[in-house]
Amino acid sequence: MIGLADLATATLVGATPLLFAATGEVITERAGILNLGIEGTMYAGAFTGFLVAANTGSPWLGLGAAVIAGMLAGALMGLLSVTLGVNQHVAGIGITLLLIAASDFANRLLFSGGSLTQIDKFGLLFPDTPVLSQYLLTYLGFLVVVPAAAWMLWRSGFGLRVRAVGENPEATDAAGVPVARTRYAALILGAALMAVGGAFITLAMVGTFTLNIIGGRGWVAIALVIFGRWRVVPAMLGALLFAGVDALQLQLAITEAFAAVPRELLIATPYLVVIVALALSGRNVAYPGAYLKPYRRT
Amino acid sequence: MSDGSPVVELLGIRKSFGDLVVNDGVDLALVTGEVHALLGENGAGKTTLMRILYGLTRPDAGTIRIAGSPVEISSPRVAIASGIGMVTQHFSLVSTMTVTENLVLSSVGLGPVDLEAARAQVRATADRLGVPIDPDAKVGSLSIGEQQRVEILKALSHECRVLIMDEPTAVLVPQDVELLFATIRRLTDEGLGVLFISHKLHEVTAISHRVSVLRRGRIVDTVAAAGIEPRELATLMVGTPTVGVTRADRGSFVGSQNAEPGPASLEINDLTVARRGARPALDSISLVVRPGEIVGLAGVSGNGQRPLVDVLSGMTRPTSGSVRVRGTDVTGATPHAILAAGLGRIPEDRHGSIVADLSVEQNLVLEDIEAFRRGPFLDRRRIRAHARDVIERFDIKAAPGDPVGALSGGNMQKVLLARVLVRDPTAIVVAQPTRGLDVGAAGYVHRQLLERRRLGAGILLVSEDLEELLALADRLLVIFDGRIVGGLPTAEATPERLGLLMSGEAA
Amino acid sequence: MRLVLRGHEPRWLAPVLVLLAAVITFVLTAGPIRAAGASPVAAYQRYLLTPLTSFRSFSEVLLASTPLLFTGLAVALAFRTGFFNIGAEGQFLAGAVAATWVGIGVPDLPGPVAIPLVIAAGALAGALWVAIPAVLRVRYGIDEVVTTLLLNPVALLVVQGLLNGPWRNPVSQFPESAEIGSGFIFPTVIPGTRVHLGFVLAIGLAVVVWLVVGRTGTGLRMRAVGLAPTAARFNGVPVERTLLGTALASGAIAGIGGVSQVAGLQHQLTGEISPGFGYTGIVVATLAALTPIGVILVSLLLATIQVGAESASRVLQLPPQMGQVVTATFLLVTVGILVLRRYRIRIRRPSRTSEVPS
Repeated sequence: MIGLADLATATLVGATPLLFAATGEVITERAGILNLGIEGTMYAGAFTGFLVAANTGSPWLGLGAAVIAGMLAGALMGLLSVTLGVNQHVAGIGITLLLIAASDFANRLLFSGGSLTQIDKFGLLFPDTPVLSQYLLTYLGFLVVVPAAAWMLWRSGFGLRVRAVGENPEATDAAGVPVARTRYAALILGAALMAVGGAFITLAMVGTFTLNIIGGRGWVAIALVIFGRWRVVPAMLGALLFAGVDALQLQLAITEAFAAVPRELLIATPYLVVIVALALSGRNVAYPGAYLKPYRRT
Repeated sequence: MSDGSPVVELLGIRKSFGDLVVNDGVDLALVTGEVHALLGENGAGKTTLMRILYGLTRPDAGTIRIAGSPVEISSPRVAIASGIGMVTQHFSLVSTMTVTENLVLSSVGLGPVDLEAARAQVRATADRLGVPIDPDAKVGSLSIGEQQRVEILKALSHECRVLIMDEPTAVLVPQDVELLFATIRRLTDEGLGVLFISHKLHEVTAISHRVSVLRRGRIVDTVAAAGIEPRELATLMVGTPTVGVTRADRGSFVGSQNAEPGPASLEINDLTVARRGARPALDSISLVVRPGEIVGLAGVSGNGQRPLVDVLSGMTRPTSGSVRVRGTDVTGATPHAILAAGLGRIPEDRHGSIVADLSVEQNLVLEDIEAFRRGPFLDRRRIRAHARDVIERFDIKAAPGDPVGALSGGNMQKVLLARVLVRDPTAIVVAQPTRGLDVGAAGYVHRQLLERRRLGAGILLVSEDLEELLALADRLLVIFDGRIVGGLPTAEATPERLGLLMSGEAA
Repeated sequence: MRLVLRGHEPRWLAPVLVLLAAVITFVLTAGPIRAAGASPVAAYQRYLLTPLTSFRSFSEVLLASTPLLFTGLAVALAFRTGFFNIGAEGQFLAGAVAATWVGIGVPDLPGPVAIPLVIAAGALAGALWVAIPAVLRVRYGIDEVVTTLLLNPVALLVVQGLLNGPWRNPVSQFPESAEIGSGFIFPTVIPGTRVHLGFVLAIGLAVVVWLVVGRTGTGLRMRAVGLAPTAARFNGVPVERTLLGTALASGAIAGIGGVSQVAGLQHQLTGEISPGFGYTGIVVATLAALTPIGVILVSLLLATIQVGAESASRVLQLPPQMGQVVTATFLLVTVGILVLRRYRIRIRRPSRTSEVPS
């Protein structure tokens, strides 16, 4: 028998890092920049959070450090893709490789690599209530970050500017909006959220840092952004779906009858869904108008 | 309507790009409540003048006065602050955002946006214009006419005393033109001054109070629009042909015109290119170019020339109709098949037809790579020799290995021309062949085309330069709004008759 | 300060900028190296020189460069034509899976049949893996960056699914495949080392790519498509066919890379068959300015750093990940600084205040 409460609990936990990362990527891509540095930014967030929490004993300080690391990663992406106009995919992949290597280097140096250092994790709210027994960050993510990001993108002047620079930087520039500054702001904010998503894994889910701890969750977030058509709430639903499938397959694996279903097939579903969706919608996929295009005034 | 005081004065505006003088001491005054039309051919300097007034281009000399006091308009921000608004042909709108969002974009801060108030303001301004606009419609879902209204709304959302409209009707269907004119009249009744740039004579006479005619960077006359005949304006606009290859020069290139029986060099039948949500770009075009003949296609830009050349180049598939080159059907064929049929193409956009980062010699063989193979490899020696030969024959100032993008406009055009001519095409379609070239290079291009005519090629010459057409063509066709509206032998063509045909007056 | 378009690029500029990038990389990485208790100069000596000083370690450099040659070449070829293949990782894995499938499916084939077969299988698998993004791009204009990227984790999941399921080692029960048949194993090409046929194959492919791109009509078409697709189409170049062909060739080369790693080194499929070779291929191709010669040189450079990083780890107790840090930093600094080839920095003059009427 599958425990529905356990399933729901696991789904919400598993969706949280994806939720933060995908929200961050939505903001970034809405500004016209595909940040493939996401995987590395999450990784750096996970490590920095762990590092500071391990040294101070406070997961909150760890979270703060992760946010700062993320902002720096976003600023680096801005320097490369906005100021210098480097190919976004090359810059993003480069940042991912750099941040993963740098985190692994520091981990090896400070924790002798195979770190089994356990930190004081975030505690659970409502520890005895089924389903509602969750981390504060999960509550924040679903109840604050997602609504706030949606409000920001659609109801604030900043969001208006972000969407405008991502769609038509020439027109936005003509309207007197600073294009580069807006893109930097979106990148820094987005990368901070990605780093929080990474830090959630070390500071809440696992309580320590291990190699390959992000395990491609950044790429999942990229898929969720397209799946959600560059909207925050649909991306969140996508995150829930993915985490739900993942949680379900763990439960299924326990029940004999479904042991034969390869879990990898289930995990591959979101990627395949996105590719099929792209194929089906053909030319009608509404990418942000200035996607992948650097802007320089002529 | 008008209290007669000038709201904007342009005094002695000069601007040159390199050797090319675009504005040569222009004086222009706009009074409150008037529609002042600025009439002129392409390249006469209209757009540059308006860009200077809106702060997009800095003049070399001259003064701009607003309400009597001199202002240095260094950027669009200054222009807007001075009460100048502009509606360009290319709209600056974010198509995925709503009308309201587009309107508030320039004024919002970072915090919350009061969309309700903004919507109310959009409705109020729309009422002022007398046109309905849904504040929540996505701009991308609006028709071109509606998008233009949004642009006007945007300009008016600042305190605006002068509205510049750069060929506002070029993109509009007739019904939208009527609406636009009604809007303009409302605005001028309120005291707004409108600078209306156009080369459509009947529109100019219909909407404006005064007309200034710009030719070769100078204002040749400013006249009251009331009672003026379109043909008088046409004469002012076109002027009298003076320089370049003259018809007398053509005598030395007398060819075997129409001597050869058999299929036409180029035959186009009922060619149509439909557009979504607009009139067809080409509407049942038919024309024939015989061997040894230059047919000039005259017309104001944007009337279907570009789609026609695109179809002939194999870059656009026609919706219906047929194209034949020497009897071979090439309708909807690939560029490769069209080349093989013997049609040489020289389009107006050089960068769309030449790979700027490849070398001269590579561009020269790109159309015909297979001919320069030796086994599986390119015969580099032969390619180099071919390039040397072409460079010498066509007097191109470049080395074979130079990237084409580094060449001057004239030499780049020579490369394009040479690439077409070395294949001895039986038919040639050439668009705006001398645009942006100096007199020497232009004369060279003209002589080459005449030489080809003498050798029996049929040439379709698409140009907005009447002098060029009158000098080179055996007969002229006029394209207007995607249709051929008239044809006449060059000998019978006067600037007046052509001007009328080109403006759709005599259709 | 702002960037202004440069008219003409002096010939000396690019090499000088790359050298400058190397210096900046050294300065940026010196801090962390020192923090790890090592001398930056000694570390860089290990990274760049030590591996080249002994025959044995040099042979390890050649071995380590082999997968990078394949993925770097695959990416360079695709980027050259304007197909932004971020999926060499997935295509590499697809090739590895195909090699294993053949290698454990018909293990008794003799070498002369087995080796061509396994190479063909890997090439086909790599090409198939890129086929979907390529067709989506060519037919529907769907951007290939995301589609090729997303197929990477899918390929990894295929590998893991096979290793956890049908291919799980029957003896050890570890998630790793059985060994492939002995006929499939690439012979070593330098006696006494681990350098195998894959290296020769990669160099051979680099020469072929160099010849095709630089010396044939197909190559000229590819370059034209990559530089100016509209103008290429105008000149009668079949743009879609060229893009599709290049994408498939790129996938095939990456796929052969996977074959080479299975048949040449590991002799079985494991979950760690690729520690990101496909992504590093993007680094290689970018630093190589998309030229085959450059791919060979950069692959050797990165492989030297990798081998050197291992030795630095043993001798200087400097964590080996520093090698990847150096590589990634060099990439980012180089692509950033090379922007100066097209632009130059100009300090903006203070703008005159303009007069606005009230």
